[in-house]
Amino acid sequence: MQLRINGTLHEVDVEDDMPLLWVLRDELGLTGTKFGCGIAQCGACTVHLDGVAVRSCQTWAVDAEGADIRTIEGLGTPEALHAVQAAWLTEQVAQCGYCQSGQMMQAASLLAENPRPTDQEIDDAMSGNLCRCGTYPRIRAAVKRAANMMQEG
Amino acid sequence: MGRARTIARRTFLIGSAAVVGGVAFGVYTVRKPHENPLTANAGEAVLTPYVKITQDGITLITPRADSGQGVYHVQAALIAEELDVDLDQITPDPGPPSPAYWNTALAAEAADFMVPAAGMMHDLAEGAVNSVMKVMGLQITGGSTTVPDQYEKLRRAGASARETIKALVADREGVAIDDLTTRAGAVILPDGQEIPYTALAADLADRDVVQDVPLRAPDQWRYIGKPMQRIDMLAKSTGTQGYGIDASVDGMVHATVLMNPAQGGGMADYDASEALAMRGVQAVVPITGGLGIVADNTWRAFRAAQAIDVTWEDPAYPLEQADHWAALEASFTPDAQDSQKGDDGDVETALGDGDILTAEYRAPYLAHAPLEPINAIVRVDDDRAEVWTGTQIPRFIQANVSRITGIPADNVTVHVLMMGGSFGHRLEDEVVKQATEIAMQMKGTPVKLTLSREEDMLHDFPRQIAMARMRGKVANGRVEALDLGIAMPSVMASQLSRQNQSAPGPDSQIVAGAWEQPFAIPHQRVTGYRAPELAPISSWRSVGASSNGFFYNAALDELIAAAGADPLEERLRLCSDPLARQVLEAVAEMSNWSGTGGLANGSKTGRGVALTKSFGVHCAQVIEVTDTDNGIRIDTVWVAAEVGRVVDPVNFENLVQGGVIYGLGHAMNSEITYAGGVAEQSNFDTNPGMRLHQCPTIHVRGLENGDRVLGIGEPPVPPAAPALAGAIWAVTGTRLREMPFSKSVDFV
Repeated sequence: MQLRINGTLHEVDVEDDMPLLWVLRDELGLTGTKFGCGIAQCGACTVHLDGVAVRSCQTWAVDAEGADIRTIEGLGTPEALHAVQAAWLTEQVAQCGYCQSGQMMQAASLLAENPRPTDQEIDDAMSGNLCRCGTYPRIRAAVKRAANMMQEG
Repeated sequence: MGRARTIARRTFLIGSAAVVGGVAFGVYTVRKPHENPLTANAGEAVLTPYVKITQDGITLITPRADSGQGVYHVQAALIAEELDVDLDQITPDPGPPSPAYWNTALAAEAADFMVPAAGMMHDLAEGAVNSVMKVMGLQITGGSTTVPDQYEKLRRAGASARETIKALVADREGVAIDDLTTRAGAVILPDGQEIPYTALAADLADRDVVQDVPLRAPDQWRYIGKPMQRIDMLAKSTGTQGYGIDASVDGMVHATVLMNPAQGGGMADYDASEALAMRGVQAVVPITGGLGIVADNTWRAFRAAQAIDVTWEDPAYPLEQADHWAALEASFTPDAQDSQKGDDGDVETALGDGDILTAEYRAPYLAHAPLEPINAIVRVDDDRAEVWTGTQIPRFIQANVSRITGIPADNVTVHVLMMGGSFGHRLEDEVVKQATEIAMQMKGTPVKLTLSREEDMLHDFPRQIAMARMRGKVANGRVEALDLGIAMPSVMASQLSRQNQSAPGPDSQIVAGAWEQPFAIPHQRVTGYRAPELAPISSWRSVGASSNGFFYNAALDELIAAAGADPLEERLRLCSDPLARQVLEAVAEMSNWSGTGGLANGSKTGRGVALTKSFGVHCAQVIEVTDTDNGIRIDTVWVAAEVGRVVDPVNFENLVQGGVIYGLGHAMNSEITYAGGVAEQSNFDTNPGMRLHQCPTIHVRGLENGDRVLGIGEPPVPPAAPALAGAIWAVTGTRLREMPFSKSVDFV
């Protein structure tokens, strides 16, 4: 099947029900998307399907066919940061950092849909993403910073 | 894997460079420094075991492993402080397993328990423990010891390297060494000309290292104490940080394991025929206690594992949770007494008459559950083996792979990779043993073993289960007597048994966080009881103090309430240590403390307070909660800790907040319980921890009044649970004596 990932079309030979997560990680070597739980409880595997945050561990490859898939590699790069990534860097959010790809993808999806989220809306949108190190105070601050940066253009 | 492969692979040692920052002890074999484990290739200079300079760049060896606590950054900053390099000019490298990188501070912590008084006896005991550990060359990350251990060692290494570089330039250019300065990785000549360190690499290789360089005074510091951007922050803000689970080696296969879900039980029989017929599955091989499943994709290995029928045998420990508790209940006996500490006053007489308060407390097994499931790549060849994994114990891994394969340890290379969390989980190396057993059965092929979350959590040697019994007395509005008995199995015995080591003597962790608390209760005693071995257990962030900090503070709170006193005021009155007093005063000031509030004021909002000394650090917390229609909401935490010196205030704040959240999340809703010998919680649906919407505002203050520089990874955990329990008591009137508190109250 063919998958469009970060603007590039990839031909992959996988089972229909292989989770998109493992197509990305093991078939295509896109390891920025993380495996945490496998049951959509932690959010580490969050990617965008047509701009909307989904858990790639619970998304069959066949269901991603035809969609515009975006991973953390396509959000921005160290040389050209997305506003969310720039905010994450400024706030120094990460500890181990393992959950942060998913956190940033969730935050980017939130801000694309709702550029000025309230505190409650941030909590609602981000509570499905687990951080075992406990960087939540910094995640909140970084989402707000990213929202401001995007407002200011 | 580019960075990992730049580590010197050959194992012969060069003897010309000396260890800097080593510690000398009483006998010759121990006094002799370990040799420098870094190999210098042509054109490279290895200045001390911590600094390597080539024409291409400067590598700083940061031998304590990074599980998210930022120690690569902190270690690099300590070296850079004296070496005069910018943090963006250097590459951190965890280095090879070597006795040169042994952990001094871990021994100091053990000695505190063996001889709890300062002075000569203490020094002798510490020396004895240090000697043993130096011989073993324990290169361990844990116990919040990285900063205390490395604070001087690494600055001395940087200073020696800098002066060696200057001496070379002085000789070569014919200028006085005092006329040279250094800045941003370059020597600056009197005429302003700059010579980069890297341009000196070839000549440096032949120089003797300048020793005993005085360290700079704090007012000259450029990094220490100032906010820095952590060196891993850009990678971790862009998804480009590689972890063990992301590592790739040419020709590798993907594997998982199916282990007896009852830990350590055997395998009677299995049928893998269905799995072997599945797409991509290459092999199903028996290993100790289960099966390895080898495929061409991790998910295919996971799926195949689910298709295997296995008949498992029972584990050695009780099958049902109630029997684990019963074993603890039966351990409060003289025969099971492991230690007795802090026996002040006359407890028996004080508790001999009048009204005695009693209470019993419980703390459950807990999974570490770092978000990155554990994993390792192992390749076994005929005469050598290679390991890539995130670990806190590279030296043990080297020994274990050698033992399993029969390959000499010198031919076992361990690449330490970035860890996606640990909390103590990566002080174990079963995953490496398993990958090695699989790799032995397919020599020459690198085997990448990844555990599913379920396999990981079911086999996450959990935090100890623990119980405490308190007897106490109050008089005239004051706490007069506290007799606290704590029963738990020995974490150290369980953990070391998996390394074929024994743990002689009493286990300090059974009473850690209780026996050494800075409160001068007139009649006070803490007794540790060693419960029999139950489920296998391991060090969990803050170890014994994670349960005992709750027991001690909860017991103290009950006595203070019975005395009719204020929990913060009475702690201050009892406080026997000026550093602890300042910590308590700090949280009182930060929170504008004026009592617990709550029911006492007819309010839905109330406060609790706790202080635990653990790993030498006094950490106090005031927690405010509101009793809402949807349950208890944790609103605000004020936390202060005394660490002697805050190396990086940004990283410090982040770590303290994370420790508070780790402590609160588990106290709220997490436990591991056994049914039929199998953990009943195997993923984050049943073992959730704290979510973002439950996270309070957390105000942090680091105090620098003490003369010991201490680590902060663990100390914020123990006081979180009891401060929360105190706050919930303030708004509900209910004493919470068992974690998780969700057994008794709902949380938002």
